[in-house]
Amino acid sequence: MSILINIAYLLSISLFIFGLKFLGSPRTARKGNLLSMLAMLIAVLVTLLDRQIVDFVYIIAGIILGGLIGTVAAKKVQMTAMPQMVAVFNAFGGLASALVVIAQYLRFPDQTVLSNAVTIPLTLFIGMLTFSGSLMAFAKLQELIKGSPITFSGQKILNFILHLAILMLIVLFVLNPGIDRLYLLLLVLFISGLVGITLVLPIGGADMPVVVALLNSYSGLAAAASGFVIDNYVLIVSGAIVGASGLILTNLMCKAMNRSLMNVLFAAVGQETDPGAAAGKRVVTRYTPVDAAMILENAQSVIIVPGYGLAVAQAQYALQDMVELLQKNGTSVLYAIHPVAGRMPGHMNVLLAEANVPYDLLKDMDEINEEFQTTDVVLVAGANDVINPAAREKGNPLSGMPILQVDQAQSIIVIKRSLSPGFAGVDNGLFYDQKTMMVFGDAKEMLLKIGANLKKE
Amino acid sequence: MDGTIIISIYVFVLAIFAGFELITRVPPLLHTPLMSGANAISGITVVGALIIAGAGDSGLSVILGFLAIVFATINVVGGFLVTDRMLEMFKKEERKK
Repeated sequence: MSILINIAYLLSISLFIFGLKFLGSPRTARKGNLLSMLAMLIAVLVTLLDRQIVDFVYIIAGIILGGLIGTVAAKKVQMTAMPQMVAVFNAFGGLASALVVIAQYLRFPDQTVLSNAVTIPLTLFIGMLTFSGSLMAFAKLQELIKGSPITFSGQKILNFILHLAILMLIVLFVLNPGIDRLYLLLLVLFISGLVGITLVLPIGGADMPVVVALLNSYSGLAAAASGFVIDNYVLIVSGAIVGASGLILTNLMCKAMNRSLMNVLFAAVGQETDPGAAAGKRVVTRYTPVDAAMILENAQSVIIVPGYGLAVAQAQYALQDMVELLQKNGTSVLYAIHPVAGRMPGHMNVLLAEANVPYDLLKDMDEINEEFQTTDVVLVAGANDVINPAAREKGNPLSGMPILQVDQAQSIIVIKRSLSPGFAGVDNGLFYDQKTMMVFGDAKEMLLKIGANLKKE
Repeated sequence: MDGTIIISIYVFVLAIFAGFELITRVPPLLHTPLMSGANAISGITVVGALIIAGAGDSGLSVILGFLAIVFATINVVGGFLVTDRMLEMFKKEERKK
């Protein structure tokens, strides 16, 4: 029986791997997700066959309750709120792992196996850290607490002490088998919660993509760690794969901002800047939506650079309406998506897909950067730092960050409320470029006006 | 040290390598669905929770197991459904030629 169960677990693991493989192309991605669902279903059903399980009341109640909440959440959530959603799910995953290992300890408190003595408190640490850190990230993304970095003196020392305390508690736990060690676990639980909070507090709103990806990785590692505790390979393998996935995305996000993970976590970048100070006395070319419409109509090729501001203004639908008119005119239109264009990796693609933009028009930075030179008009809506040429110079916060080479296009239209610098606080020279036309106003309103003026022709 | 932990560590490390290979191939276009899908997979902890909640023990461990099932199931079901909802939106351009 046990062999059959293990073979079924292996099948489940294989299906997870195929599921993720199919996620590599938009054509097969949906099928991939379905395969992962099937894998999970097999893992759950097979577990229920286990001889250890004799009581199904709590299981059925738990699955129904969790399933209902999960379904409602998944159906109701707005696409702009995806990062918060993933943060909350991360939190729950971490919490579940933590609960599992505490319960496992309560069932077998006298276990003296060394490996378990290490993995139980360690899993608890990762799980609780994921839980509290993800909740903090959620609160920041949802703007329940302010998004800018919260720092206080002695933060680093506190962090060090907390980690040291965890280490000591794990050692104490290992060295004292045979006595009631629940109080040690409760201390680990409490301190790990604090570690999660102090980890996320000093991180600014625009760095949240990195943090959400990192916490995603932790939730996987927590699952893998709990697999060590209950000796289950499905947990170990799936958790490890998710851990790896989160690490890759974390790394990609860091690269896209040209920052190290250490810098993101500890440098508290994104303190509120004084927007007035950076704006110089340089001249900008101010255009109306009517002028912009005329320029777009005469263009053969247009690249659109959307930023998160566009999605906040819910302007992606107005944008798509305008683009459809251009396409009817015979203009070729592409979208240039910077890796950090949204609030989580790939977020902007989802927001545009929701507005019916076909995915083959969504180009990532490496694909599109060569095209700018041969493009007539670039339309920038809601993006700033990711197109700032200052990134090519030395000695400013943006230096070295990979940017979209917008300034190489023939002409540039920028829709923006004001000249204020972006998150990094660096004035954007592109706005003062002779070939840049600034259209000042709300993105949605301006795009609607441009669209209206296109229709008249 | 017992032997099973060594095998577990082998499996863990190899799975990390497999994960790196798999995920590196996912294009940036799909990074958000990847993340929510992977997130759902991390809810695999539910397997551990099932064993604990169904063990027929009494007291705190069963209650913790029950709560773990609830939270992990929210993670799994919500994660997969929202991923499906997103992937459904990704459509190719209809060429009229």
